[in-house]
Amino acid sequence: MTKSSEIRIPANEITVAKRSDASIVVVGNPNSGKSTLFNRLTGLKQRIGNYPGVTVERHIGFLKTADSTTELVDLPGTHSLSAHSLEEHIAVDVIFGRMEGTKPPDGILAVLDATNLYQGLFLVQQLTELELPTVVALTMTDAAEKSGIQVDTAELSALLGVPVYPVVATTGAGLDLLRSAIAGIRDLTPPRRIRVWPELIEAAARLAQDSSEPLRFAELERLLIDGPTESNKGIVSKLSDTARAQLSGVREELFESEPPIARDARIRYTWVRTVLDKVQKKAPVFVSWRTRVTGFFNKPVPGTLGLFVVMAIVFQAVFAWATPLMDAIDASASVLGAAVFERLGDTAFSSLIADGVIAGVGSVVIFLPQILILFLFIILLEDSGYLARAAYLMDRAMRSVGLSGQSIIPMISSFACAVPGIMATRVIPNRRDRIATIMAAPFMTCSARLPVYALLIAAFVPATKVGFMNLQGLVLLGLYLFGIVMGVLTALLMRKTTLRGPKPPFALMLPEFRRPNLQTVMIQLLGRAKVFLKRAGTVIFAVAVVVWALAYFPRSDGVNPDLDSNTAAAVQMEQSWLGRAGKVVEPVFEPLGWDWRVSSAVIAGFPAREVVIAVLGTVYAVGDEADEGTLSGRLKAATRPDGSPVFTLPMVVGLLIFYACCLQCAATLAIIRRETNTWRWPVFAWAYMTVIGYVGALLAFQIGSA
Amino acid sequence: MAINGNTLATLKRGQKAIIRAIDAADPQVQRLMVLGLVEGTEVEHASSAIGGDPIEFRLFGCGISLRQEHARRFKVAPVAVGD
Repeated sequence: MTKSSEIRIPANEITVAKRSDASIVVVGNPNSGKSTLFNRLTGLKQRIGNYPGVTVERHIGFLKTADSTTELVDLPGTHSLSAHSLEEHIAVDVIFGRMEGTKPPDGILAVLDATNLYQGLFLVQQLTELELPTVVALTMTDAAEKSGIQVDTAELSALLGVPVYPVVATTGAGLDLLRSAIAGIRDLTPPRRIRVWPELIEAAARLAQDSSEPLRFAELERLLIDGPTESNKGIVSKLSDTARAQLSGVREELFESEPPIARDARIRYTWVRTVLDKVQKKAPVFVSWRTRVTGFFNKPVPGTLGLFVVMAIVFQAVFAWATPLMDAIDASASVLGAAVFERLGDTAFSSLIADGVIAGVGSVVIFLPQILILFLFIILLEDSGYLARAAYLMDRAMRSVGLSGQSIIPMISSFACAVPGIMATRVIPNRRDRIATIMAAPFMTCSARLPVYALLIAAFVPATKVGFMNLQGLVLLGLYLFGIVMGVLTALLMRKTTLRGPKPPFALMLPEFRRPNLQTVMIQLLGRAKVFLKRAGTVIFAVAVVVWALAYFPRSDGVNPDLDSNTAAAVQMEQSWLGRAGKVVEPVFEPLGWDWRVSSAVIAGFPAREVVIAVLGTVYAVGDEADEGTLSGRLKAATRPDGSPVFTLPMVVGLLIFYACCLQCAATLAIIRRETNTWRWPVFAWAYMTVIGYVGALLAFQIGSA
Repeated sequence: MAINGNTLATLKRGQKAIIRAIDAADPQVQRLMVLGLVEGTEVEHASSAIGGDPIEFRLFGCGISLRQEHARRFKVAPVAVGD
């Protein structure tokens, strides 16, 4: 777990607001409608960054009124001020003003879900102890009324000592009043302390005695409950020497033998129940249409079958809907490349632009349709509450491999791209569980592997019917399953060896199904598209230029001008740095049945596996093979100097296995480094996956050729 | 604390019960208490995954998924057979 003390931030990332601007934090339970409300209040002009040292996203927006601008910071959802997961730690550190690079908040916008007041009030009550001006936004009031819950906001406001504004974020009802309340938040007096737990208040008062500095009650309270942990060392250092000496005695007296968190939870929830009795007009009705849908899908067998149907639909959509868009991108890149040569002539510069930049970046942008469609589904499933149910349904199966149901979300995301998949592991609170998931994620068949599979399958697997399925489709399905099995075995292996430890916890909230909010979905989708394109624009761009240079230089002066252009290109490739490298490593890959041309392509593909197709396209644009119009035709016609075919069935199977395993993706390595905060895991993952890929390809070729 | 008799794990689908005592030594059980599973709270067994594990409970309108091993730590008094 990253502690706030380890977090460093470059000075230029520290935001310095104008003096008149207030900065407030938006706090609420996960699934409380917090992000939807935040988006409604701040619109599309948001700054999305990361908290220093971790990949938890920092969303900052601005609420502008006629005479003021208020900065809103949307914090990760949390259930309590006693943090549990990495995201909760971030939220709590920002609230307490101890996050480096983020100034202490001037006020709090607490988001309270009217359909889940029970857990919401548990958090809001803790927020009222922070001695900060606080405004409560009561969301989902429409959904609550439909399910028979009416909230007496005046009574609730009186009991909490803070103003409560009912809003419907989806329609915008009540937002104007909330906006003006936020704009004037600095004029509010902080709420008075609610005497939920008088003994705790007295114990905190005792610790505060004799201190030379003013101590905040909420921080003393967390110190008493959570003990002198890393997060609490700031407040410990402010205590007087007497108070520090008394700390463990005071805690013992307060909690006796009971776990502090357990007593804290019981006392506060008991208070919450008394509040609910006073502010809720009717008892919660369990049987809404959502509950019915939920109930049906949660019957064990229909639920699990439903999950498979949903996943099948998602996959069908990703592949079928994306194809026309991908063809269009492919065609535009070719047209653009040809136009460059036409305008600028056949020079090194035009080759750089056309073969390096346009072809290189085009080969990445081509995945954008697939990635967007997959993300759209993942965001829709997440926002509708289904993804949590998927985790719940798959928990038992995932547990048998030493993971928990929460790992299913990163795993499914990794089918589009391991980068967002690995980023999604931050919802997993247990570190071992999280790393095992990160190690398994790159085995999932990502969209960059797909074109390599598609090319080789189209070229070498006959399109015969097997039952109602096509053999090509079956092989593709087999490759997906192979990736899943390898990932699962890896996770299992790691949980039994280096990541041995107690079973990961599993306390999953299961929200009722709800209609996702279009604005929230679009903002998230655009955000993810931006992250992907940024990757295409930086890492992949650099790689494309380097690979182009390796293939283009040194120029051969001696190429016979009589040769046709294809043959000339191939001769050039053979004596380029890349071709030479391919020949140098050929002995290493010879046992796999690869010639120097395949080896060159594989080397070029290490930073980004999709590059391999472009390189194969160049190296096989030669001689007899070049007569074949398509790349797959050229691969089929490729021969060794002795006339035997290069791409035999065992070699192709081996090549497919190699691609299914090998971690040929610089971006994935970089993200593993960022998520684990050490080079140890990316280096291990790379070495481990490369060895497995090599051995797998070796076995396939040697056994198949024997 | 030894817990005998009815627990969250022994409830049937649709059954409601009030939590009476909790064996809170395990930090994972404490986490469940932070999510609202505390003494005096009424919960309903809503559903389970294949094999009866994990189990979904509903309390005050929100759903929480619990594994069998944790559900056993919550001693309950059934209130009524659900409809």
